[in-house]
Amino acid sequence: MRPHTISVLVENRPGVLSRVAGLFTRRGFNIESLAVGTCEEPGMSRITAVVIADDEIIEQVKKQLNKLINVIKVSDITYTSHVAREIALIKVAAEPGSSRAEVMQLADNFRARIIDVGARTVVLEVTGDTGKIDALEKLLRQYGIKELVRTGKIAMPRGSKTISQKK
Amino acid sequence: MKTGANILVESLVHEGVDTIFGYPGGTVLPIYDELFDSSLRHVLVRHEQAAVHAADGYARASGRVGVCLATSGPGACNLVTGIATAYMDSVPVVAITGQVPTTLLGNDAFQESDITGITLPITKHSYLLNNVSEVAKTVHEAFYIAGTGRMGPVLIDIPKDVQTDVMDEPVRVPETVTIRGYQPTVRGHPRQIEKAASMIAGAARPVLYVGGGVIASGGDAELLHLAENRMIPVTTTLMGLGAIPSHHPLNLGMLGMHGTESANYAVTECDLLIAVGARFDDRVTGKLESFAPNAQIIHIDIDPAEIGKNKAVDLPIVGDVRQILKEVNRKLTGEKCLSPWNERLAEWKRQSAERATVDSGLMTPQYIVQTLSGILDGAGIIVTEVGQNQMWAAQHFSFTRPRQWITSGGLGTMGYGFPAAIGASVACPDETVIDIAGDGSFQMNIQELATVAHYNIPVKVMVLNNQYLGMVRQWQELFYDRRYSYTEMPSVDFVGIARAYGVEGMCVTDPADVKDAIEASLAHDGPYVLDFRIEREENVMPMVPAGAAINEMILEDKK
Repeated sequence: MRPHTISVLVENRPGVLSRVAGLFTRRGFNIESLAVGTCEEPGMSRITAVVIADDEIIEQVKKQLNKLINVIKVSDITYTSHVAREIALIKVAAEPGSSRAEVMQLADNFRARIIDVGARTVVLEVTGDTGKIDALEKLLRQYGIKELVRTGKIAMPRGSKTISQKK
Repeated sequence: MKTGANILVESLVHEGVDTIFGYPGGTVLPIYDELFDSSLRHVLVRHEQAAVHAADGYARASGRVGVCLATSGPGACNLVTGIATAYMDSVPVVAITGQVPTTLLGNDAFQESDITGITLPITKHSYLLNNVSEVAKTVHEAFYIAGTGRMGPVLIDIPKDVQTDVMDEPVRVPETVTIRGYQPTVRGHPRQIEKAASMIAGAARPVLYVGGGVIASGGDAELLHLAENRMIPVTTTLMGLGAIPSHHPLNLGMLGMHGTESANYAVTECDLLIAVGARFDDRVTGKLESFAPNAQIIHIDIDPAEIGKNKAVDLPIVGDVRQILKEVNRKLTGEKCLSPWNERLAEWKRQSAERATVDSGLMTPQYIVQTLSGILDGAGIIVTEVGQNQMWAAQHFSFTRPRQWITSGGLGTMGYGFPAAIGASVACPDETVIDIAGDGSFQMNIQELATVAHYNIPVKVMVLNNQYLGMVRQWQELFYDRRYSYTEMPSVDFVGIARAYGVEGMCVTDPADVKDAIEASLAHDGPYVLDFRIEREENVMPMVPAGAAINEMILEDKK
């Protein structure tokens, strides 16, 4: 069992997301994260799903997804060299004084941006792969994370290769 | 200037629909108003579940897409079981439902239910229409999706205002359908086909394991050619009955939980299993690790998602079963004569046949089905309910052709048979249509007696009445220490009920009367109910206990 990154090109129609998400639940596949947005083709959306399962299950996931009429293409890019990012917004308790300085120092180390400063909190925006965000989250926990929002992973192959070229 | 309802009905006619099964209600009033003077025949059922089962029976008997119509809310929800039935058995059905007006959608309006949401996991595809301009194109697409590839039910949900809205421009129905995300593979991969041919040529103990896909694709002649040319024994699933005549010397009978000894032993001992349009269902395979343990497996199927789903296969071929079998036959030159394998199977077959002989001195269900089979002599369409009645019919009727056998295989829907028989009879009015029923299942859609009386649809219902939910009772007997928890059902006067609906009937208690009673029901011009009071604790044998390997069969009733 390992996380697989599945990229699904779908027609941008009502109900498409529930069809895709419903299929995962129904067949007992666990979605780790899901990110949806428009893409380079008009009228289409791309869904990036991270699914934790072994290779045979993933094969079944892909085949089942392909059966959905609104699904155009399903690509597992796990084993293709690819770049992957997610964004997290983290609201951290940061009383003026030493803890605020420490939080800001950590943010700097992770190349996170401070996008809001309140009387007792700061909001950090951090971009990176899942591991980097997990690491920052862990470090910030001691200061008190008030709220955390993550986008879910998005990914594409490196170089001139595109998702659509990938089987 | 045409309304959505008008376009809908015209589109159905354009698709070649002659009959729809339905039940009116508030949100389909505009459609019913169009039907009032349309050329389309509408059969008014007495419960929406019967409408979808009838459409399903119509589709299975005829090979054409079946159509049903129901109103929003409860009407649509009553279709759910039937849609799931059609989905599990890959039957082409288009279900049309009314919906509350688009202005009320999502407001919990009167008789509103999110039927596209509810049926998402049990439809091949579904549509919720927003605009009258979508009606014609959607109907065309829906029929295409339902009736091609791995067939299945498609639902079209039409809000009432879309039915009444007027289309200003002329209605255009596209000649061809192209759907980017739906391009079923029809032709098998040539290299895979070549490999299959050489595997078949090299096998010493091959078996063909044949499912409903052979019937759906119309590939029975190609199957027979392959089997006869290479002397390959054939076993069919419940859904595959009729793909090869029951009496064909190469036919081993059904495999799986209630399969024959010959079929289950053959699969266990074969060195090559050729799965054709079948899906390795748990009722077929029993314990997966022990299913065809010594065999290489070729799997031919239209649906790539079935390949390797339950059982790893050595050679998959995705595409239309008929096309692929034709290609395989072309590659397999020469003939083969009887081998030691065939002789071995012949011995098992003889044993199975001996065990299947029945005592005509008792009211056994096996005797009744065999008597029916003898009278019909290869003709007729056999529809069943679900449970013991279904298995006795599967085991003891002699099938001669595809589409002669209509049963809810995957979902196992009690109450399916009677309405499905109505659909089959409407599709094939010249055929004798029999519903082999149990007293439990028949009561699940018994209200359709009103429908058969209303239209004089000549379905003959043969109730194998043991006053039990027999199959559940059988499991309780064998695996729950005879604790018959809530499976006994006190006697019901089915003949009295039939007569009250205006349908003729007869109760049969003496085995000597069985033949005459069946003949009388067949001679009767119209529907008929036969209430056979059978041996109450008769079991379906052989039986593979759940989770056991298929060669670990209970062969005989210990009673």
